Amino acid sequence: MATDTSSVLLPDALEVIVQELRGRGWRVVAPVRRNDAVVHDEITSVTELPIGWHDVQTPGSYRLEHRGDGAFFGYAVGPDSWKRELFPPRAALLSARRDGRASTDGPGDTAGTGTDDGAGFVVTPAVPDRRRSAFLGVRSCEVAAMEIQDRVLLHGHHVDEDYRARRAQAFVIAVNCTAPASTCFCASTGTGPAVRAGADLVLTEILDDDHRFLAEVGTTEGAELLDLVPRRPAEPADVAAAARAVQAARHRMGVTLDTEGLHDLLLGNLEHPRLDDVADRCLCCTNCTLACPTCFCTTIEDATDLSGDVAERTRVWDSCFTLRYSEMHGGRTRTSARARYRQWLTHKLATWVDQFGSLGCVGCGRCITWCPVGIDLRAEVAAIRADQEAGAGREGASR
Amino acid sequence: MTTLSEDVERRGAMIPRPHRVRARRQVSHDTWTLELDPVDGRPVAIGPGQFTMLYAFGIGEVPISNGGGGPGEENRLVQTVRVVGAVTRALCATEPGGVVGVRGPFGNTWPVARARGGDVVFVAGGLGLPPLRPAIHQVLRDRDGYGRVLLLYGARTPADLLFLDEIETWRQAHGVDVGLVVDAGGPGWSGEVGLVTRLIPGIELDAGTATAFVAGPEIMMRFVAEDLHTRGLDLDSVHVTLERTMRCGVALCGRCQVGPTLVCRDGAVYRYSDVGPLLSVKEL
Ligand SMILES: Cc1cc2nc3c(=O)[nH]c(=O)nc-3n(C[C@H](O)[C@H](O)[C@H](O)COP(=O)(O)OP(=O)(O)OC[C@H]3O[C@@H](n4cnc5c(N)ncnc54)[C@H](O)[C@@H]3O)c2cc1C
Ligand code: SF4
Ligand code: SF4
Repeated sequence: MATDTSSVLLPDALEVIVQELRGRGWRVVAPVRRNDAVVHDEITSVTELPIGWHDVQTPGSYRLEHRGDGAFFGYAVGPDSWKRELFPPRAALLSARRDGRASTDGPGDTAGTGTDDGAGFVVTPAVPDRRRSAFLGVRSCEVAAMEIQDRVLLHGHHVDEDYRARRAQAFVIAVNCTAPASTCFCASTGTGPAVRAGADLVLTEILDDDHRFLAEVGTTEGAELLDLVPRRPAEPADVAAAARAVQAARHRMGVTLDTEGLHDLLLGNLEHPRLDDVADRCLCCTNCTLACPTCFCTTIEDATDLSGDVAERTRVWDSCFTLRYSEMHGGRTRTSARARYRQWLTHKLATWVDQFGSLGCVGCGRCITWCPVGIDLRAEVAAIRADQEAGAGREGASR
Repeated sequence: MTTLSEDVERRGAMIPRPHRVRARRQVSHDTWTLELDPVDGRPVAIGPGQFTMLYAFGIGEVPISNGGGGPGEENRLVQTVRVVGAVTRALCATEPGGVVGVRGPFGNTWPVARARGGDVVFVAGGLGLPPLRPAIHQVLRDRDGYGRVLLLYGARTPADLLFLDEIETWRQAHGVDVGLVVDAGGPGWSGEVGLVTRLIPGIELDAGTATAFVAGPEIMMRFVAEDLHTRGLDLDSVHVTLERTMRCGVALCGRCQVGPTLVCRDGAVYRYSDVGPLLSVKEL
C-alpha cells in the first residue's frame, strides 16, 4: 500500500479509533481471549484485545503464552475466522406463511378438481443484518479469504443476499502479520504476511524502542477515519521498521506448501495410496471445514411453527466430511473417509481454481491446528509430490 | 389470492415463487406429473434440460427437471416427480389448486438445435425419460430438420415405463424408431428384457452425423456412451445429464461438485467427452 499516505499511531490512538467507530454506531469486532484461545467478539475498548499474549500452534495443538511485552497483535489466527461475521453458521433465508387452507392429503390421482384460491402461501425474504461492523485486527490471509468468498458468493451469476449485505457494510482494519504460527503458510499461497489490498486501513505493529503502529490507508473511508485520530506522518525509519517486522514474519513461517504444478499434481493422483493413509487417520469430524475461512458449503434447513402455518428456511454451514453431504436418493457418492478427504484436499488446492479462478486456501493453518489428529495438508501434498518426483526420477533413470 | 411481494422479485434466486398446481396425473405406481401455473401470472421460461427447485411448504426443496415442452404445454411448467423421500412425497401429494414454490429455471440446455441435419438418438433409463421429453418435442416440432430419430428406453419393470401412449404417437405420427426394454419382464410383457444397452447393437443410424442425448442412472449412461462410441459416435456428440444433491441450484451451496465442475452451473447437461473421465473415478 502507498507509503506517502502512511502515518504513525501510538497505542492510545487505537482506542480513539474504537471509540470513534462505536460513537457512530458501529460494532467493533476484534480478537479477544476467551477460554484460553483468541476468538472474535465485540469490544468496547482496545484493552479487551489479547494484549501481551502469543499463541503456540502445531498440528493438532494450540496454546496461549505470555509474550513478556505489550503487543496488541502478537498472535496469529485463532479458531474463529471473519467468516463467522460475514457468512454466519446460520442465516435466515425466508419465511413463508400460508394464506389459507392447504391440501395435505396423501398422493392420489385427482387431476382437475379443486381450485381453492386460499391454498397458497406468501414468501417473505429474510432481511439481512444491517448493523454496521468494523473488524479490527484482520490478518492478510483473512482479507484474502474474504476475497475468495466474494468470488464464490458475490461474483458468480447469482449472489448470496445475506453475504452481500454483511460484506457491504463491513469496515476492515487489517494488520500486517508479525507473529505467524508454525502452522501458517500464507507466504506459500501468496496471501501474506503483508496485506496488499482489500482493507480500509492497514496497521503494522512496531515493537522496537517505542510501541507504535504504521497506518496505511486503503480506501477513502479509511482515510476519513484516520483524519479523526491523533497521529504523525511516517518517517522513513518507521516504514523501514514495519517492513523489517513483516519480513521477519515471512522468514519465521516454517513448513511451506509448494504450489508449483499443484493442480495437476493432485488431479493426477486421485488414487494415490497416501489417501488411504490419511483416511486411516481422518475422523471426518468436520473441524477443518468449520475453521476454514474460505469453506462455503451450506445446506438448507426447513422448519414450521407449531401451527404449521409459518415455515422458515435457514442457510446452515455444511461440510464435505459428512456422509449426508453427498447423499442422493439413490445413495451416497462419497462413503469412504478417503473419498471425503480427497474431495476436501483437491477442492481447496485444485478444483477451486477450475470452479472459481483462485485457490481455495489462504495458508492460515487453521485446518492443521484444529484437526484433532493433527493432519497437515502440507505434509499430505508433500508426500504425494515426493512420490511423484521419485517416480519421475526412476523413469528418467531407466530411460 | 397469493401474491408475490415486490421484494421477492428483486431478491431473486433463493426465493421460491408460488405456483398453483393446475393438474396432477399419476403416471406410474410411484410417479406423478404436475402442471404448474405461476400465481403471479409470469410463466417460467424453461428450456429442455433445465431444472427448477420445487419447494413443498415447510418440508423442503428439491431439483426437478423440465419435463414439459409438449403440444399445449406452453406457458406452464410440467414436471414429473418420483416419490423417493419426504419432499417428493409432499410435492406429489399437492392436489390441484394447491401451491408449491418454484425457483429457476437453472442449468444449461440439451444442445438440440446443434444436432440438426443428422440422426438423433435419445436413450432414457427409468426416470430419464421426463428430462428428455422437452428435447424430443423440440426435435419433433422440426421433424424435417433431422434424419432418423430413435428412442431407446429402459425401465425396471413394465409398470415403470412412462408415457407409453405418447411414445406410441411419436412412433406412428413422427416416425420415431422406438426400442423398449425392461430389466425384469413378467406376465403380459413380450418385449425385450435386459439393460437398455442391449438395444444399441441393433439400431440403424449414421454415426458420423448422429447426436445422442442420454438420461438415466449414472452407470447406465456410462455403458450407453461406451456402446454408442463402439458404434462409431464421437464422445463429443454424446450428451448426458448428471444428478447430484443440490441445495441452492445456483452455485452457492457447493453440494453438486463433481471434480472441477458444479452440476447446477456447468451442467446438468454435459458432453460425455468432458465428464466421462470424472464419472469413472470411484466416489469422486
Ligand atoms: C438436476 C436434477 C434433476 C432432477 N430431475 C428430477 C425429475 O425430473 N424427477 C424426479 O423425480 N427427480 C429428479 N431429480 C432427483 C430429485 O431431486 C430427488 O429425487 C429428490 O431430491 C429427492 O428428495 P426427497 O426429499 O424426496 O428425498 P430425500 O428425503 O432427500 O430422501 C431420499 C432418500 O434418501 C435417503 N435420505 C435422505 N436424507 C437422509 C438423511 N438425512 N439420513 C438418512 N437418509 C436420508 C432416504 O433413504 C430417502 O428415502 C433430479 C435431480 C437433479 C440433481
Ligand atoms: S484449507 Fe486450511 S490453511 Fe487453507 S485456508 Fe482453509 S483452514 Fe486455512
Ligand atoms: S482432516 Fe482432521 S479436522 Fe478435517 S475432518 Fe479429518 S480429522 Fe477432522
